[in-house]
Amino acid sequence: MKYLGKKIVTLLFTLLFISMAAFLVFQIIPGDPAAMMLDMDATDAQIEAMREQLGLNRPLFVRYISWIMDFCRGNLGISYHYQIPVAELLKDKLPVTFALAGITFLLILFLSIPFGLFQVRFAKKRIGIVMHIVNQVFMAIPSFFLGVLIILVFGLILKWFTPGRYVSYTENKIGFFLYLIAPAMAIAVPKSAMVVKFLRNSVLEQGQNDYVRTAYSKGNTEQKVFYRHILKNALIPVATILGMMAAETMAGSIVVEQVFNLPGLGRLLVSSIGSRDYPVVQAILVYIASVVVIMNGVVDVLYRYLDPRIRVE
Amino acid sequence: MKRQMKRILTMVVTVTTMIVLGGCAGNTGGETVQSESNLTVESNTTEENTTVAEVSSETQEGEATYGGSIVVGIQNDLDSLDPHLAGSAGTSEVLFNIFEGLVKPNSEGELIPAVASDYKISEDGMCYTFTLRDGVTFHNGEPVTIEDVIYSIKRCAGMLEDQTEPLVSAYSVIAEINTLDEKTIELKLSEADTELIGYLTEAILPKEYENQASAPIGCGPFQFVSYAPQQSFVMKRFEHYWGERPYLDQVEFRIVANTDSAMMELKAGSIDIYPYLTSDQANELSGQFEVLIGTSNLVQALFLNNAVAPFDQVKVRQALCYAVDAQEIMDMIADGYGTEIGSNMFPAFGKYYKDLSEYYSVDITKAKELLTEAGYPNGFEMTITVPSNYQFHIDTAQVIVEQLKQIGVNAKIELVEWASWYSDVYRGREFQSTIVGLDADLAPKALLKRYGSEVKNNFIGFSDEEYDRILEEALRAVDDNIKVKNYHRLQEILAEQAASVFIQDAAVLIAFNPKLGGYTFYPVYVQDMSQIYYRK
Repeated sequence: MKYLGKKIVTLLFTLLFISMAAFLVFQIIPGDPAAMMLDMDATDAQIEAMREQLGLNRPLFVRYISWIMDFCRGNLGISYHYQIPVAELLKDKLPVTFALAGITFLLILFLSIPFGLFQVRFAKKRIGIVMHIVNQVFMAIPSFFLGVLIILVFGLILKWFTPGRYVSYTENKIGFFLYLIAPAMAIAVPKSAMVVKFLRNSVLEQGQNDYVRTAYSKGNTEQKVFYRHILKNALIPVATILGMMAAETMAGSIVVEQVFNLPGLGRLLVSSIGSRDYPVVQAILVYIASVVVIMNGVVDVLYRYLDPRIRVE
Repeated sequence: MKRQMKRILTMVVTVTTMIVLGGCAGNTGGETVQSESNLTVESNTTEENTTVAEVSSETQEGEATYGGSIVVGIQNDLDSLDPHLAGSAGTSEVLFNIFEGLVKPNSEGELIPAVASDYKISEDGMCYTFTLRDGVTFHNGEPVTIEDVIYSIKRCAGMLEDQTEPLVSAYSVIAEINTLDEKTIELKLSEADTELIGYLTEAILPKEYENQASAPIGCGPFQFVSYAPQQSFVMKRFEHYWGERPYLDQVEFRIVANTDSAMMELKAGSIDIYPYLTSDQANELSGQFEVLIGTSNLVQALFLNNAVAPFDQVKVRQALCYAVDAQEIMDMIADGYGTEIGSNMFPAFGKYYKDLSEYYSVDITKAKELLTEAGYPNGFEMTITVPSNYQFHIDTAQVIVEQLKQIGVNAKIELVEWASWYSDVYRGREFQSTIVGLDADLAPKALLKRYGSEVKNNFIGFSDEEYDRILEEALRAVDDNIKVKNYHRLQEILAEQAASVFIQDAAVLIAFNPKLGGYTFYPVYVQDMSQIYYRK
């Protein structure tokens, strides 16, 4: 319990630090949101009036405090560019990114575990070695490139889906999920390759241990030794990496949304940085950071419950 | 299993090769570009362009039918749905279909009456009189009244009670708005300005309507249906439009993430019209799409900061003009399309435009001589700052870097993000040279006024006494002949003084679904959807 409390406090401090960083970064880089909102040849007076209206002339510290206070109360501010509440803007985008990350994570699970086990089984055979090489290749392909390949092969040549025919989840839930499979594959494949490699190494490593020999000598079948003993131990580090993957799929979706023209958080983030729409950028950054930090925290805690040895240490 | 692996590997290799080869193939053929329609700038197109134009008249025809819907890809999200607040060209090109002003541009670049049925500008350029058209209605069904017109003009001019600054700075010359009778309105100006008419294209909005930014209401040929940030802007035909009935039932402007994803969607047939192709992309799409060619109506130039060394010396600037070969740039990056220019104006301005493209023909020896005279016999180092979101300008910069090497000038390209470019280069004037395109409203003064030595947006810091004097004369002139003469002289001064290296009015290449017809080019940046139809 004490551990949990400590964990939550660190978590809060991390988030506070991130919010500060997210806020300060945009004070340093050039570009004025007030000027970006107005006509190219706006007069200085017009820009000044706009800065005043947006509250940009207040001291940095005051702006940060007022923003973070509002933020904690659930008021994310108003987008400079769209002139609508940030929360309303995010409301439409969140489900897209969330669904994409969710499908990606499921795909990672369904791809990596069977393939990993398959590779372990044939680790010494030729097919296993070939697969190992292919796996290395997939690990090295960036997801945006894989995304382009997927569009080309499955969208334009095989015509399994139509690039650009994105349907909103409000119109057609099934169509929405089906369209997300292709981008999810683009993120999931390189990540799965990583998990496969991890699983393979972890299992092979466990196989060297003394307890395996003992298990065999007690008369267990190969199947039994593998599933009851080796796999159980090997899966613990794999669980950690899967936790990290869950956070990374969020980051992956930002890039892939651009390739598949999905109206998610990632696209909004990129374009908001361009137009210096601070309230939106800050909200998204803090949001993504929170997901990553919380995910890692949850994995840390789960880890202790999965493996009793860690609790003892 | 092994065989399958092999097959997958082969596929991966094939696809990769396809991508690489596809990229190369784009550079070879120039003939694939099919047609061109209704080009506004006839007298100044290059020879290739005119030959293609003849073919187009056949392909573009085909009987027009009513009905159907299309998807148009656009590159940037909209600034604002409120037409008076929308600043970027990318927004006005969409909102052009929803709103109309007292006058509106036609494809010839002339202003034709819209909400006003008739207008008159007094001889001294101090008074504009408009007669309102009967039977114009807003999308909400209300008729357009004189109160709405006055409200809209006041809003642009910053004359409403809660306003301090004008929304459209050109409107600041309006001193008085008088109602002469129920259908007639008179604008009195504080100083003579015959070019204000070019700005009276600003939208007429219903009086006191608060939700313009979320559910816009205008009186144009299409009415607003929905808008989702980063996704799409949808509009449908307005049945009670006063003018010609638009053909299409519905048009969706879809905001694409980038040109690559737009290409994918074009190939998949999800987008019908996409107006921003590179020449490589145009070649790649030529089998599937008709490619229309128009002019961008932008002054693309290597802008030199006249206030910093070495560009404070006119000889250095002239040397650069002699070294840069505009035709080569067009050949390298646009298959030869584009119109060479020699000053800060483009041919669409008709009589106001003076062709100075031959003023500096490429002459490396002369350029070197000029550099020696200026004290740089061995050339110098320079930086070209280019906004990173404009691939076209980046490509241009790369060609220029090579061309400048011939005279010993070592140029380095620095890519900056648009917001940084705007605050550091355009407003802060902290740069040596930059490549961008300057646009203009329908008033030629927008392009020439910016070189007055005291003018705020003279970001290259050009300063010339004769120029200032003639500029003032030109702006004050009421007689059009004097205006034309003065504007010609101003363009000459910019060329003589080599204010910057003026390159071209670039071509725009538009992917157009061959089942459609009726795309109209304008000398301003708009996408007119009311003329587009499905062919029988």
